Amino acid sequence: MASGRRRLSLAWLPTLPFFVYAFLFLFLPAGSIIIGAFKDVDGGWTTSNVTTLFDQPYRRAYIESIEVSATTAVLGALLGLAIAYAAVREHTPRWIRSVLTTFSGVAANFGGIPLAFAFIATVGTLGVVTTFLRNQLHWDIGASWPHFSLFTKNGVEFVYLYFQIPLMILVIAPAIDGLRREWREASSNLGASSFQFWRYVGVPVLMPSILGAVILLFGNAFAAYATAYALTSGVVPLVPLLIGAYYQGNVLDNPHLAQAMAFGMFVVLAVMMLLYIPLQRRSQRWAK
Amino acid sequence: MSASAFVWLVLAGLYFLVPLVATFFFSIRSVQTNKCCSFAAYTAVVHNGDFWHTLRVSFVLALEVIVICLVLIVPTVYWVHLKVPKLRPVIGFLALIPFVVPPIVMVVGLLKVYRGAPSWFYDRPSGILAAAYVILAFPYMFFSLDAGFRAIDVHTLTEASQSLGASWPRTLVKVILPNIRAAALAGSFLALAIVMGEFTIANLAQFHTFPIFIQFVGESDPYQASAVTLVSFGITWLAMSSLLFIGRKRGGGATTQIAGAR
Amino acid sequence: MAYLELQGLHRNFGPVKALNGIEVQLGQGEFLSLLGPSGCGKTTALRLVAGFDRPDAGRIVVDGKDVTAVAPAKRDMGMVFQAYSLFPNMTAAQNVEFGLKIRGKSKADRRKRVGELLELVGLGHAADRFPHQLSGGMQQRVALARALAIEPRVLLLDEPLSALDAKVRVQLREEIRRIQLELGITTLYVTHDQEEALAISDHVAVMSGGVIEQMGTPAEMYTAPATPFVAEFIGTMNRLEATVLDGAAGHVDFAGSRLQVDAARGRRTGERVLILIRPEALELEASTNGAVGGENMLNGEVIAQTFLGPVTRLKVSGGLIADMSTARAAALPVGAHVNARVPAEGAKLLSLPDED
Repeated sequence: MASGRRRLSLAWLPTLPFFVYAFLFLFLPAGSIIIGAFKDVDGGWTTSNVTTLFDQPYRRAYIESIEVSATTAVLGALLGLAIAYAAVREHTPRWIRSVLTTFSGVAANFGGIPLAFAFIATVGTLGVVTTFLRNQLHWDIGASWPHFSLFTKNGVEFVYLYFQIPLMILVIAPAIDGLRREWREASSNLGASSFQFWRYVGVPVLMPSILGAVILLFGNAFAAYATAYALTSGVVPLVPLLIGAYYQGNVLDNPHLAQAMAFGMFVVLAVMMLLYIPLQRRSQRWAK
Repeated sequence: MSASAFVWLVLAGLYFLVPLVATFFFSIRSVQTNKCCSFAAYTAVVHNGDFWHTLRVSFVLALEVIVICLVLIVPTVYWVHLKVPKLRPVIGFLALIPFVVPPIVMVVGLLKVYRGAPSWFYDRPSGILAAAYVILAFPYMFFSLDAGFRAIDVHTLTEASQSLGASWPRTLVKVILPNIRAAALAGSFLALAIVMGEFTIANLAQFHTFPIFIQFVGESDPYQASAVTLVSFGITWLAMSSLLFIGRKRGGGATTQIAGAR
Repeated sequence: MAYLELQGLHRNFGPVKALNGIEVQLGQGEFLSLLGPSGCGKTTALRLVAGFDRPDAGRIVVDGKDVTAVAPAKRDMGMVFQAYSLFPNMTAAQNVEFGLKIRGKSKADRRKRVGELLELVGLGHAADRFPHQLSGGMQQRVALARALAIEPRVLLLDEPLSALDAKVRVQLREEIRRIQLELGITTLYVTHDQEEALAISDHVAVMSGGVIEQMGTPAEMYTAPATPFVAEFIGTMNRLEATVLDGAAGHVDFAGSRLQVDAARGRRTGERVLILIRPEALELEASTNGAVGGENMLNGEVIAQTFLGPVTRLKVSGGLIADMSTARAAALPVGAHVNARVPAEGAKLLSLPDED
């Protein structure tokens, strides 16, 4: 009996290497940022790094970053939901669905620099679509309506949707699959219209998944660096770009400020999580 | 198919396909005339030594990351399923942390902590960069393997193997691994996609990987840049189709297929 | 005067004729079971009545009105599905209330009616539970209450018990019948379980290959199957393929034995027929040293015994099955030589197509 208890208490030992690794390369760096954010150049404690974040240009960077992330998360979620629903409906041929999920898998993972280049080649100033519209239809999308430019906030959002929508499709498709045909039929059998079905059953049932997906999309856009880096070269001051600029040695007078900015990102994502948890709980109080 | 479903799918198809097709047309424009058609951009890329060099660096890095991930995570997940199921939610929670700690935050922390480290670790991609990528790949590897282990009866397999006289390591290698091969492969392809596309950490830590090369080309020649862009898309596509192919062969079940290399 | 009529319903799925001319007439308040193996078209027929699918030809008439083209939401038919049809985000009470809410009933009315219905199905205490907190049987009760809440003109049940445990199944089917009788609601019930269909229906229609093979009361179906398929499907039958030797005397030849079967009288000599005998009608007696015992006797050997409680089922070589009291069966262990007496008057006869 005694030996049994001893074996039990040491049962976690084989998982030690994993936890050591996670400590060294996940917790230690993350923790050091939190500490570093509150240190000054001489090693003393200070809150000035963090309070500086509320001044320009940092304040604007956070606002822009949050706006871009929120916009693309919500738009991506709505569009992704509509497309996923269109693809998994009963009367849509099976092959469309498998093409869409395959493609979404690729597109959701196709980000960064190449994605920015693809859009520059498409709707950049000399892009294939831009020049086609200008030369063939005499429509200059930059100079006249809609005054589109890739290198603005709207441009960045437009490009982000290229990975946000597929991500939504991947995340939400299984949830839509989970909507049983019986529910739709029972609802129509009881006299409800299609709108009433969505109002009372479809959306409430999907809500936990939709909320979770929106948070995921928000974090995804908030963390994005490479795409914006290649597109805007700093015109749109997103937080990751500012941090990156510090590290490329341009203005590295206070490394603790960069750490404070990283800490700030951490805080924004943590706050999102905290907002999300009670919403999630509320939306799925009917489930296990 | 209803009309609205049709419209949504056509719009989605256009949004996704137009940039790729346009990039292709862009890449075959001639530098001199700015007109169609020249494969000069592709020729230049193929003859660029840096292209092959960085591709190799990234690929070797990907293999290293996959090996570390598997060696680290497979025995851990196996052990957790077998002996300490209480730890499973703990690791599941850990697997969510990389979502809250963006790569840009992670690299800031890593550079700070390991600045004084020996140069074999700090100055080489196989050191600090691989370490960072293992953390990036860990959630995908974990969720994939966790699903794989849940699908098999770890206890029965292990007990059967041991009752026939096999040791722990032998059980793991000869009995368990063959049964979770598909899950491990799926996780590996995701790791491959991550490493072949990751830009943020490599850029800030100043390593010359394939995505950095793409960025570098983009600064000098837009036509070559679009050619390399399509190559990069092709790599992602290959990794993801291999993943889906495995998933399908395994017979349904949700395959994790989000890596994310922004 | 028929209340629910299915007139010449056809439905094809590609080359498959799921329904190939279904005719049903059901009086108000009657309970009809559509019975058949999977793929026979019974569920297709039910879905046509509910309006989830449209027939390629034929009409569905309720109370004299053609509803074939009416949308399911406007048909006033309550349907109970096989399983998992409760809205997971609503409590039992909210599920039952749903149809009333859609119909714009006042809150007080709704609450009263929901209470009554949950009491009716014996779930007054579980009103605030969510579906995942209910057992399978309870979920189906709620589904029944939900379907009844809208006071449907016809109640449709699509294998509502097939996902439940055997014990709950029997209990719930009796309750469905009790409630149906109490409310006098016209009911169409789809099942593949012949025992279930016989136990609770006014009428049973056995379906196969998209057509109704036979329709009648449970007793008629059991005692007078009209086709070999129905005979096979309803209960267990001994099927003896035989040839008529003498139509006037009622003699047939089965595997070289001459049998006297009353039902064979008047049949053409040489006609191929199927003799149907219920296992309980086949009498077995021990035979000494394997000799044939006499008139209308078939000789064989017991090859298996299955204990069914008060009755034991014996398998006899030559493909015969006989049920007898367990006490008597003890005298005929496996390996015993027996004679099986074919009852001259109890056996049914069906024509078989001529061999050619």
